Amino acid sequence: MEMKGKVIKYGDNVDTDVIIPARYLNTSDHKELASHCMEDLDKTFTQRVQDGDIMVAGWNFGCGSSREHAPIAIKASGISLVIAKSFARIFYRNSINIGLAIVESPEAADAISEGDVISVDLNNGILHNETTDEDYQVEPFPAFIQTIIANGGLVESIKNGSIQ
Amino acid sequence: MGMTMTQKILAAHAGLDSVEAGQLILVNLDLVLGNDITSPVAIKAFQNMGKKEVFDKQKVTMVMDHFAPNKDIKAAQQCMMCRDFCDIQDITNFYDVGEMGIEHALLPEKGLVVSGDAVIGADSHTCTYGALGAFSTGVGSTDMACGMAIGKAWFKVPSAIKFVLKGKLHPYISGKDVILHIIGMIGVDGALYKSMEFVGDGLASLSMADRLCMANMAIEAGAKNGIFAVDEITKAYVKEHSNREPVVYEADADAVYEKVYEIDLSEIQHTVAFPHLPENTHTMEEIRNMDEIKIQQVVIGSCTNGRLEDLKAAAEIMQGKKIAKHVRCIVIPATQKIYLEAMEAGYLKTFIECGAVVSTPTCGPCLGGYMGILAENERAVATTNRNFIGRMGHVDSEIYLASPEVAAASAITGKISAPEEVL
Repeated sequence: MEMKGKVIKYGDNVDTDVIIPARYLNTSDHKELASHCMEDLDKTFTQRVQDGDIMVAGWNFGCGSSREHAPIAIKASGISLVIAKSFARIFYRNSINIGLAIVESPEAADAISEGDVISVDLNNGILHNETTDEDYQVEPFPAFIQTIIANGGLVESIKNGSIQ
Repeated sequence: MGMTMTQKILAAHAGLDSVEAGQLILVNLDLVLGNDITSPVAIKAFQNMGKKEVFDKQKVTMVMDHFAPNKDIKAAQQCMMCRDFCDIQDITNFYDVGEMGIEHALLPEKGLVVSGDAVIGADSHTCTYGALGAFSTGVGSTDMACGMAIGKAWFKVPSAIKFVLKGKLHPYISGKDVILHIIGMIGVDGALYKSMEFVGDGLASLSMADRLCMANMAIEAGAKNGIFAVDEITKAYVKEHSNREPVVYEADADAVYEKVYEIDLSEIQHTVAFPHLPENTHTMEEIRNMDEIKIQQVVIGSCTNGRLEDLKAAAEIMQGKKIAKHVRCIVIPATQKIYLEAMEAGYLKTFIECGAVVSTPTCGPCLGGYMGILAENERAVATTNRNFIGRMGHVDSEIYLASPEVAAASAITGKISAPEEVL
């Protein structure tokens, strides 16, 4: 899995209420959710995000509610990858289940700055910062999770019988 | 190597003799839960999985509680989608307006969860049922769909932090103060991916309402689950509410814990979490030394503190008094049964006479849905579980998380106050 994009960076404890406020949870339409993504934290996000951009954040990204609408909104905004120092556990599994690429790396999250361009080779666990010409190595996912990712998410994994 | 209580439940439900932290397993589920916000996404995923029928119509439950009674047309459509699905699937435990309550207060009351169960819910506060000695955790909608389809969920076996409770709480101090104290101590990611296991002699002084409240907020420390050792109080509660036989799991004597904290309940004070994280806790003693914190709204309710014991505690403090001018106090019994019992006990009369309003059960204001949204620069004291930016309304509003006792006292004085100040 390879991707490349410009970085939009946030801090620690970015919660699901700011990723997608509950007042918009009366729908599960992906585009509509994306149109309000990050609204309570960063009003400029939806205007400046471009397809392929990479979100970088600090500790405990996605804490709070179990709403899958949060990774859905981020993915539907065009974000190709979220790099964080750590992820809240429900957000972590939701991202894997719906096929939003995520990477846990305190080192990369610290070193990467807003606006940097990052190219990613997830199969080999390498993040390359084209702006600063730095490389960051990341841990590959365990085999079971790689199966879900390879199938394109949990729905497909159930549908094709690879999880039963 | 010995297993924790959580690991034992997971091993048994994965058909394994033993498991260890970090291992990835598929777990057989006793119950799969969804609400009116998360279920529509799950229903779509379920249909996309190509499944026609749920794995067991008695082990799937849906509760219309977040935006129900329907707050707007879109919410109405979402509830309709859940209702239609449950009709077609002939789901035994579908709870709509009239029967519903806030899911995590309702399920234990209906006896749908007993000790030893493995439960997932597409709601982060599903960890509440750990109070009953069950493994119970919040997941997303796709996990819920998977649960409905095959009756299983994938998990990484968690390591654990043990909390050994001793002593006894002082009057007007409750489970909410204990869990806020703990979150203040370990932080909002202090138990990330881990179990929080509560054991010790101190359990004897904690009611089931206290325990449900504490397990409920395990997620606010990042935990996968919170779980209480099963004792006579648990057994009596389960026997009263369920026909199902509980299975009691105990941690092995040589179980490994990442950390062990000893907590003397007699040292717990009134504890309030300041904006905008549940870890920003202050004791009432610290608050007394600050400038007074004026409030415009009080919410007493939610899956954390909407139980009969919570309403009783608030009513006893508010009895015969008046809500402060310019304060709106909203009381929300968590289930229909609690509503009725609070009515019969006279608590609702007390609330109304002192100027509070009483709402039908709903999650409503807790997540900024409806029934008490905050305006710009307004402050609320709430017995709810999260005080994130904009959680209860305007992005520039503030939420202070507290016990029902502190919330009731604050409604009377119009500022954050201890119950002792108004009694």
